[in-house]
Amino acid sequence: MAARQVTARWTGGNRTRLAPQSVRSSDVAKASSESVAPQVARGFWRKYVFSTDHQIIGRQYYFLALFAALVAMFLSWLMRVHLAWPRLAIPGLSALSASGAPAGLMTPEYYLSLLTVHGTLMIFFVLTTAPQAGFGNCLLPAQLGAERMAFPRLNMLSFWLTFTSLGVLLASFLVRGGPAISGWTAYPPLSALGSITGPGEGLGQSLWIISIALFCVASLLGALNFITTTLDLRAPGMTLMRMPLTAWAWFVTAILMLLSFAVLLAACVLLMLDRVAGTSFFVPSGLIVSGQMIHGHAGGSPLLWEHLFWFFGHPEVYIAILPAMGVTSHLLSCFARKPVFGYRAMVWATIAIGFLGFLVWGHHMFVSGMNPYSAFAFAVLTVIIAVPSAVKTFNWLGTLWGGRLRLTTAMLFALGFVSIFVSGGLSGIFLAEPPVDVQLHATYFVVAHFHLVMGMAAMFGIFSGTYFWFPKMFGRMMNETLGKIHFILTFVGAYCVFMPMYFLGMAGNVRRYAQFVDPYLQPLMPLQRFITVAALGLGAAQFLFIFNLFWSLFGGKKAGENPWQATTLEWATPGAARAVYRGPYEYAVAGQEQDFVMQNAPDAGPSRARKEAADDNADQISNA
Amino acid sequence: MTTQTKFPTLEERGFGDGGNGGEGSAGRSAGGNGTALSVGPTGIWIAMASITMFFAAFTSAMVVRAGLGADWTRVALPRILYLNTAMLLASSVTLELSGRSLRAAREGPFFGWLMATAALGVAFLAGQLDAWRELAARGVYLATNPACSFFYLLTAAHGAHLAGGLLALFYLVARHRRIARGASGQTILKVTTLYWHFMDILWLYLFLMLALWV
Ligand code: HEM
Ligand SMILES: [Cu+2]
Repeated sequence: MAARQVTARWTGGNRTRLAPQSVRSSDVAKASSESVAPQVARGFWRKYVFSTDHQIIGRQYYFLALFAALVAMFLSWLMRVHLAWPRLAIPGLSALSASGAPAGLMTPEYYLSLLTVHGTLMIFFVLTTAPQAGFGNCLLPAQLGAERMAFPRLNMLSFWLTFTSLGVLLASFLVRGGPAISGWTAYPPLSALGSITGPGEGLGQSLWIISIALFCVASLLGALNFITTTLDLRAPGMTLMRMPLTAWAWFVTAILMLLSFAVLLAACVLLMLDRVAGTSFFVPSGLIVSGQMIHGHAGGSPLLWEHLFWFFGHPEVYIAILPAMGVTSHLLSCFARKPVFGYRAMVWATIAIGFLGFLVWGHHMFVSGMNPYSAFAFAVLTVIIAVPSAVKTFNWLGTLWGGRLRLTTAMLFALGFVSIFVSGGLSGIFLAEPPVDVQLHATYFVVAHFHLVMGMAAMFGIFSGTYFWFPKMFGRMMNETLGKIHFILTFVGAYCVFMPMYFLGMAGNVRRYAQFVDPYLQPLMPLQRFITVAALGLGAAQFLFIFNLFWSLFGGKKAGENPWQATTLEWATPGAARAVYRGPYEYAVAGQEQDFVMQNAPDAGPSRARKEAADDNADQISNA
Repeated sequence: MTTQTKFPTLEERGFGDGGNGGEGSAGRSAGGNGTALSVGPTGIWIAMASITMFFAAFTSAMVVRAGLGADWTRVALPRILYLNTAMLLASSVTLELSGRSLRAAREGPFFGWLMATAALGVAFLAGQLDAWRELAARGVYLATNPACSFFYLLTAAHGAHLAGGLLALFYLVARHRRIARGASGQTILKVTTLYWHFMDILWLYLFLMLALWV
């Protein structure tokens, strides 16, 4: 009887058809014992360094991102201090670069180097790496009930390419001229002409391009792995519409990565050729740089780079945020002890965001002199993308409504995500209007927008994911008291640092300037100093997190199997049959002893899946 | 080909031959269960989507760049490209014939057609190099003008991707006995065939774009 019901569900939406006998627990036991045996035999290097085990690789990515975040945060401190007190020498800075910071006072060019590395580290090595490759590797297979990722060796290759890519980027601190100064967007002609355009534009810029190209390849391989795993290796019964929203987010993000990083890779090839092979894809005629006429290049267009870059760049911002959205949905449901409000709408909103994300890149180029009709089209599409984002926000609120909230640290960060995402997202609607954007483009208004909606929001996603999955990843709990202090300081700090930037932007404060010396900016300087102080505090608060993380690794309370009483498979008993009988968020199901039912719980209760299966049976009986 | 297996176990789903190298997990997916659920073919379709985007970026850049200004000077394409195209098309046919012979359990023709495919692939690459040589002899280099920049760029990028397929073909040639015995490598053959046909279609597209714009 039970077996028949199960079969009925399996043949539903899943493209692979399975018979009930395929999930005999003996098979599973055999499978897991086989996977364990070769592991033990391997040496330390194969097991922890050049590992093909997605669990290890996920942690490697996570710690790589953590390292990158610390470096990038340190750079942001240097920049903020310089902006607030432009004449203050920073002791020891000349040790980092004698020419970039003579006597500890950074040159405007060196400021731009720090800016470039800060942005590149944060966007690529933190926000693209931790939520997707880090958490995804640790949890996607577990949540789908897969034994492993589809291509373990490619997975290892992806990580080590990412690692190399990070090394190449950081190596630019050591070369003559220092790191590139053209920002994370690397606009030509500045980035295409070599050291004539400034220190850092020689070898530094070349290293930047090589680093990003490597990162592209690593991301493409990673995306390939994620998509294949999701399509092919789901456990019996895990239909697409039963996947946790985290898994959906990783899946759609991987598709975005697959399609957009390929374009960035192509753009990097073209830029590199302009630099080293004398081609003119992006370099226009008649350029005069640093008082010198540029010869040997003609006829190219920097706008071509901008189109290619932003065709990647806009999907990239969703690559950074979608996994955090997934984590938020997952956690709000778990800690409100309620099913996700509008699961299907959430899935479709994720897909819609992914799709529309490819059609709006022009909104980064409103001031590029584009045809007003194209600007209009891009503006309309951009505003449309706010709709699925709003759907998500309302569904989060709907999930919370009437829930019995458990305010764990993980939950607090998820709630914080919603707040910060909205505070940053709403300003996007302003920027989406070309006439308004002409005023606000390249001001701190944009800086506020993207640091809140992407930077801080995705960081909140990373934090909530860490507090939530730490027991799963490391077997121990993180300290809740420290966690809550960390949350309050981070939440308040984030608002103090980034909200005032909206006002700076509206007052005309330009971005990417090393010093604000113009008279009209002087009245804003007190606000600048406030931001710097808040930024130092926000950064310092992160050491609480780091301390908590490493202390809990060894001294945290031992975690039980399912400490949050969650429903999804990552919390299933290891080695238990990984067959799935129901949707991912069955909290507070009527008529159950516990207030949650795990996805792999076959026994009963009037869950939707069971009801459908029962209906199927009833049909069969009445047909007979 | 693999329809005899309707009920693969969880174990095979988890451990199916990933097609990324083949060894290691091959033993597990053997035993008459086939690789119907193998991740290899799925993976190659996804990879092809990404490669398509890569070349779409290049070719759209070419169309935009061509429209930019007076410095776009067209180049007469080397005639050997037609021969190369014919060889590449023929190689897809021979690879198909090779697969058919394998399914008909005829080991000799299977190996023969496989060798022919690899040989045609090598000849194609050599022919592309010859096209470059001819252009260089005419004094047309990578940076001479934007049109020929794109000619070198697109042929090089396609050649690099094709070389990857060629490596897979060499691997198949080296292991043809085991494949013919049905021991392993079926997935790699399937995946390589898909990829090779894709390289073929991609070249037709690029050749068309070059003919129209360069
Ligand atoms: C509500 C939907 C959104 C709208 C309508 C919107 C609109 C815009 C517009 C028009 C700009 C260009 C501003 C300028 O440079 O003048 C912009 C910049 C930006 N947006 Fe959004 N945005 C939205 C949501 C998001 C989200 C969800 C993210 C990230 C997760 C994001 C990340 C960014 C970034 C990183 C930039 C600046 C890139 C740079 O110039 O360095 N935006 N946004
Ligand atoms: Cu955008």
